[in-house]
Amino acid sequence: MARSKEPIWWSMFSAGGVIAAFLIPATLLITGFAPLAGYITAEQLHDLIDRSWLVKIYLFILIALPLFHWAHRFRFTVADLGLRGGAALQAILFYGAAIVGTICAAVILIRA
Amino acid sequence: MPRHQPATPAKQHIRPMPVGWWLKRTSYFLFMMRELTCVFVGGYALFLLMLVARIGEPDAFAALLEHPGSLVFHVLALPFVLYHTITWFNVTPKALVIYRGEEKVNPVIIAGANYVGWIVVSVALIWIAWIAIGSA
Repeated sequence: MARSKEPIWWSMFSAGGVIAAFLIPATLLITGFAPLAGYITAEQLHDLIDRSWLVKIYLFILIALPLFHWAHRFRFTVADLGLRGGAALQAILFYGAAIVGTICAAVILIRA
Repeated sequence: MPRHQPATPAKQHIRPMPVGWWLKRTSYFLFMMRELTCVFVGGYALFLLMLVARIGEPDAFAALLEHPGSLVFHVLALPFVLYHTITWFNVTPKALVIYRGEEKVNPVIIAGANYVGWIVVSVALIWIAWIAIGSA
Protein backbone atom coordinates (compact mmCIF):
# COMPACT_ATOMS: atom_id res chain seq x y z
CA MET A 1 0.00 0.00 0.00
CA ALA A 2 1.31 3.41 -0.92
CA ARG A 3 2.30 5.56 1.97
CA SER A 4 -0.23 8.28 2.63
CA LYS A 5 0.54 11.72 1.29
CA GLU A 6 -1.90 13.15 3.83
CA PRO A 7 0.75 14.60 6.24
CA ILE A 8 2.19 16.76 3.42
CA TRP A 9 -1.20 18.22 2.49
CA TRP A 10 -2.10 18.65 6.12
CA SER A 11 1.06 20.62 6.89
CA MET A 12 0.42 22.85 3.85
CA PHE A 13 -3.17 23.33 5.05
CA SER A 14 -1.90 24.20 8.49
CA ALA A 15 0.80 26.61 7.28
CA GLY A 16 -1.75 28.29 5.01
CA GLY A 17 -4.20 28.54 7.89
CA VAL A 18 -1.66 30.33 10.08
CA ILE A 19 -0.63 32.73 7.28
CA ALA A 20 -4.28 33.44 6.43
CA ALA A 21 -5.27 33.99 10.07
CA PHE A 22 -2.45 36.46 10.79
CA LEU A 23 -2.10 38.32 7.49
CA ILE A 24 -5.28 38.26 5.38
CA PRO A 25 -7.52 40.53 7.53
CA ALA A 26 -5.05 43.46 7.49
CA THR A 27 -4.11 42.89 3.84
CA LEU A 28 -7.79 42.81 2.94
CA LEU A 29 -8.16 46.22 4.56
CA ILE A 30 -5.23 47.54 2.50
CA THR A 31 -6.42 46.20 -0.88
CA GLY A 32 -10.15 46.63 -0.35
CA PHE A 33 -11.17 49.21 2.18
CA ALA A 34 -8.28 51.68 2.01
CA PRO A 35 -8.85 52.34 -1.72
CA LEU A 36 -12.60 52.57 -1.12
CA ALA A 37 -12.14 55.13 1.67
CA GLY A 38 -9.62 57.09 -0.40
CA TYR A 39 -6.62 56.39 1.87
CA ILE A 40 -4.70 54.82 -1.00
CA THR A 41 -5.02 55.04 -4.78
CA ALA A 42 -4.69 52.11 -7.16
CA GLU A 43 -1.56 53.79 -8.54
CA GLN A 44 0.07 53.96 -5.10
CA LEU A 45 -0.72 50.31 -4.41
CA HIS A 46 0.62 49.37 -7.83
CA ASP A 47 3.92 51.17 -7.21
CA LEU A 48 4.19 49.68 -3.74
CA ILE A 49 4.14 46.16 -5.25
CA ASP A 50 6.11 47.08 -8.37
CA ARG A 51 9.18 48.55 -6.69
CA SER A 52 9.64 46.22 -3.71
CA TRP A 53 10.97 42.67 -3.69
CA LEU A 54 9.87 42.27 -0.10
CA VAL A 55 6.26 43.04 -1.04
CA LYS A 56 6.49 40.56 -3.91
CA ILE A 57 7.77 37.79 -1.63
CA TYR A 58 5.05 38.67 0.87
CA LEU A 59 2.40 38.38 -1.85
CA PHE A 60 3.85 35.10 -3.10
CA ILE A 61 3.51 33.58 0.38
CA LEU A 62 0.03 35.07 0.72
CA ILE A 63 -1.04 33.48 -2.58
CA ALA A 64 0.66 30.06 -2.40
CA LEU A 65 -0.01 28.85 1.15
CA PRO A 66 -3.66 29.97 1.39
CA LEU A 67 -4.33 28.16 -1.93
CA PHE A 68 -3.16 24.89 -0.34
CA HIS A 69 -5.17 25.70 2.77
CA TRP A 70 -8.26 26.11 0.57
CA ALA A 71 -7.58 22.93 -1.46
CA HIS A 72 -7.33 20.72 1.62
CA ARG A 73 -10.25 22.13 3.57
CA PHE A 74 -12.49 22.41 0.48
CA ARG A 75 -12.10 18.66 -0.20
CA PHE A 76 -13.71 17.91 3.14
CA THR A 77 -16.29 20.69 2.80
CA VAL A 78 -17.47 19.28 -0.52
CA ALA A 79 -17.79 15.80 1.02
CA ASP A 80 -19.64 17.24 4.04
CA LEU A 81 -22.07 18.97 1.70
CA GLY A 82 -22.93 15.58 0.25
CA LEU A 83 -20.82 15.25 -2.90
CA ARG A 84 -18.98 12.03 -2.13
CA GLY A 85 -18.31 10.68 -5.62
CA GLY A 86 -15.03 11.14 -7.47
CA ALA A 87 -12.93 11.83 -4.40
CA ALA A 88 -9.68 11.08 -6.23
CA LEU A 89 -10.62 13.37 -9.11
CA GLN A 90 -11.58 16.12 -6.65
CA ALA A 91 -8.23 15.81 -4.88
CA ILE A 92 -6.36 16.09 -8.19
CA LEU A 93 -8.48 19.09 -9.17
CA PHE A 94 -8.15 21.03 -5.91
CA TYR A 95 -4.50 20.31 -5.11
CA GLY A 96 -3.73 20.70 -8.83
CA ALA A 97 -5.33 24.16 -8.84
CA ALA A 98 -3.23 25.14 -5.80
CA ILE A 99 -0.04 23.89 -7.52
CA VAL A 100 -0.87 25.70 -10.78
CA GLY A 101 -1.71 28.90 -8.88
CA THR A 102 1.57 28.73 -6.99
CA ILE A 103 3.59 28.25 -10.18
CA CYS A 104 1.72 31.14 -11.87
CA ALA A 105 2.40 33.40 -8.88
CA ALA A 106 6.10 32.51 -8.89
CA VAL A 107 6.49 33.10 -12.64
CA ILE A 108 4.51 36.36 -12.58
CA LEU A 109 6.33 37.78 -9.57
CA ILE A 110 9.81 36.80 -10.79
CA ARG A 111 9.14 38.40 -14.19
CA ALA A 112 7.43 41.51 -12.84
CA MET B 1 -10.36 -26.26 3.87
CA PRO B 2 -11.92 -23.36 2.01
CA ARG B 3 -11.65 -19.99 3.62
CA HIS B 4 -14.81 -18.71 5.16
CA GLN B 5 -16.77 -16.54 2.80
CA PRO B 6 -19.63 -14.39 3.98
CA ALA B 7 -22.98 -15.30 2.43
CA THR B 8 -23.33 -11.79 1.07
CA PRO B 9 -20.50 -9.39 0.34
CA ALA B 10 -20.02 -6.83 3.08
CA LYS B 11 -21.21 -3.43 2.06
CA GLN B 12 -19.92 -0.21 3.42
CA HIS B 13 -22.80 1.37 5.19
CA ILE B 14 -23.07 5.07 4.42
CA ARG B 15 -25.69 6.79 6.44
CA PRO B 16 -27.66 9.03 4.09
CA MET B 17 -27.42 12.66 5.11
CA PRO B 18 -30.05 15.20 4.15
CA VAL B 19 -28.55 17.99 2.03
CA GLY B 20 -29.38 20.68 4.55
CA TRP B 21 -28.09 18.82 7.63
CA TRP B 22 -25.88 21.73 8.62
CA LEU B 23 -28.90 24.02 8.93
CA LYS B 24 -30.43 21.84 11.64
CA ARG B 25 -28.37 23.07 14.59
CA THR B 26 -26.41 26.21 15.42
CA SER B 27 -23.25 24.16 16.11
CA TYR B 28 -23.53 22.42 12.72
CA PHE B 29 -24.11 25.77 11.01
CA LEU B 30 -21.06 27.34 12.68
CA PHE B 31 -19.00 24.29 11.70
CA MET B 32 -20.05 24.72 8.06
CA MET B 33 -19.33 28.47 8.18
CA ARG B 34 -15.86 27.69 9.54
CA GLU B 35 -15.27 25.22 6.71
CA LEU B 36 -16.58 27.70 4.13
CA THR B 37 -14.09 30.36 5.26
CA CYS B 38 -11.63 28.46 3.03
CA VAL B 39 -13.55 29.63 -0.05
CA PHE B 40 -12.80 33.25 0.88
CA VAL B 41 -9.21 32.50 1.93
CA GLY B 42 -8.60 30.79 -1.43
CA GLY B 43 -10.68 33.42 -3.24
CA TYR B 44 -8.52 36.19 -1.82
CA ALA B 45 -5.36 34.35 -2.93
CA LEU B 46 -6.89 34.18 -6.42
CA PHE B 47 -7.72 37.90 -6.29
CA LEU B 48 -4.10 38.71 -5.33
CA LEU B 49 -2.87 36.47 -8.17
CA MET B 50 -5.09 38.34 -10.64
CA LEU B 51 -3.83 41.64 -9.22
CA VAL B 52 -0.11 40.78 -9.51
CA ALA B 53 -0.72 39.44 -13.03
CA ARG B 54 -1.60 43.07 -13.93
CA ILE B 55 1.55 44.70 -12.54
CA GLY B 56 2.79 45.25 -16.09
CA GLU B 57 -0.42 47.12 -16.98
CA PRO B 58 -1.19 49.80 -14.36
CA ASP B 59 -4.55 50.64 -15.98
CA ALA B 60 -5.76 47.03 -15.83
CA PHE B 61 -4.43 46.83 -12.25
CA ALA B 62 -6.53 49.87 -11.26
CA ALA B 63 -9.56 48.58 -13.16
CA LEU B 64 -9.50 45.30 -11.21
CA LEU B 65 -8.94 46.99 -7.86
CA GLU B 66 -11.80 49.44 -8.41
CA HIS B 67 -14.16 46.95 -10.05
CA PRO B 68 -17.49 46.71 -8.18
CA GLY B 69 -17.11 42.92 -8.08
CA SER B 70 -13.80 43.27 -6.27
CA LEU B 71 -15.36 45.62 -3.71
CA VAL B 72 -18.30 43.25 -3.16
CA PHE B 73 -15.83 40.38 -2.70
CA HIS B 74 -13.84 42.33 -0.08
CA VAL B 75 -16.98 43.22 1.88
CA LEU B 76 -18.17 39.58 1.82
CA ALA B 77 -14.74 38.15 2.56
CA LEU B 78 -13.97 40.28 5.63
CA PRO B 79 -16.38 38.56 8.07
CA PHE B 80 -15.34 35.12 6.76
CA VAL B 81 -11.59 35.73 7.10
CA LEU B 82 -12.13 37.19 10.57
CA TYR B 83 -14.09 34.06 11.47
CA HIS B 84 -11.22 31.97 10.11
CA THR B 85 -8.77 33.90 12.33
CA ILE B 86 -10.94 33.50 15.44
CA THR B 87 -11.66 29.79 14.94
CA TRP B 88 -8.01 29.11 14.02
CA PHE B 89 -6.67 30.76 17.17
CA ASN B 90 -9.28 29.06 19.32
CA VAL B 91 -8.28 25.55 18.16
CA THR B 92 -4.53 26.30 18.31
CA PRO B 93 -4.26 25.31 22.02
CA LYS B 94 -5.74 21.90 21.11
CA ALA B 95 -3.11 21.27 18.43
CA LEU B 96 -0.28 22.91 20.33
CA VAL B 97 -0.10 21.72 23.92
CA ILE B 98 2.76 23.43 25.73
CA TYR B 99 4.18 22.20 29.02
CA ARG B 100 5.97 24.41 31.48
CA GLY B 101 7.64 21.91 33.78
CA GLU B 102 4.89 19.53 34.83
CA GLU B 103 2.14 22.05 34.27
CA LYS B 104 0.18 22.41 31.05
CA VAL B 105 0.15 26.01 29.87
CA ASN B 106 -3.40 27.35 30.10
CA PRO B 107 -5.04 27.16 26.63
CA VAL B 108 -6.45 30.66 27.16
CA ILE B 109 -2.88 32.00 27.38
CA ILE B 110 -1.88 30.26 24.13
CA ALA B 111 -4.94 31.56 22.28
CA GLY B 112 -4.45 34.98 23.89
CA ALA B 113 -0.83 35.14 22.72
CA ASN B 114 -2.06 34.45 19.18
CA TYR B 115 -4.61 37.27 19.38
CA VAL B 116 -2.01 39.73 20.71
CA GLY B 117 0.43 38.67 17.97
CA TRP B 118 -2.29 39.05 15.35
CA ILE B 119 -3.11 42.61 16.44
CA VAL B 120 0.59 43.57 16.52
CA VAL B 121 1.18 42.09 13.03
CA SER B 122 -1.97 43.73 11.62
CA VAL B 123 -1.11 47.18 12.99
CA ALA B 124 2.48 46.78 11.75
CA LEU B 125 1.32 45.80 8.23
CA ILE B 126 -1.02 48.78 7.93
CA TRP B 127 1.62 51.10 9.40
CA ILE B 128 4.31 49.84 6.96
CA ALA B 129 1.93 50.29 4.01
CA TRP B 130 1.10 53.80 5.26
CA ILE B 131 4.80 54.77 5.63
CA ALA B 132 5.74 53.23 2.27
CA ILE B 133 3.01 55.16 0.49
CA GLY B 134 3.88 58.37 2.31
CA SER B 135 7.55 58.11 1.31
CA ALA B 136 6.77 57.44 -2.35
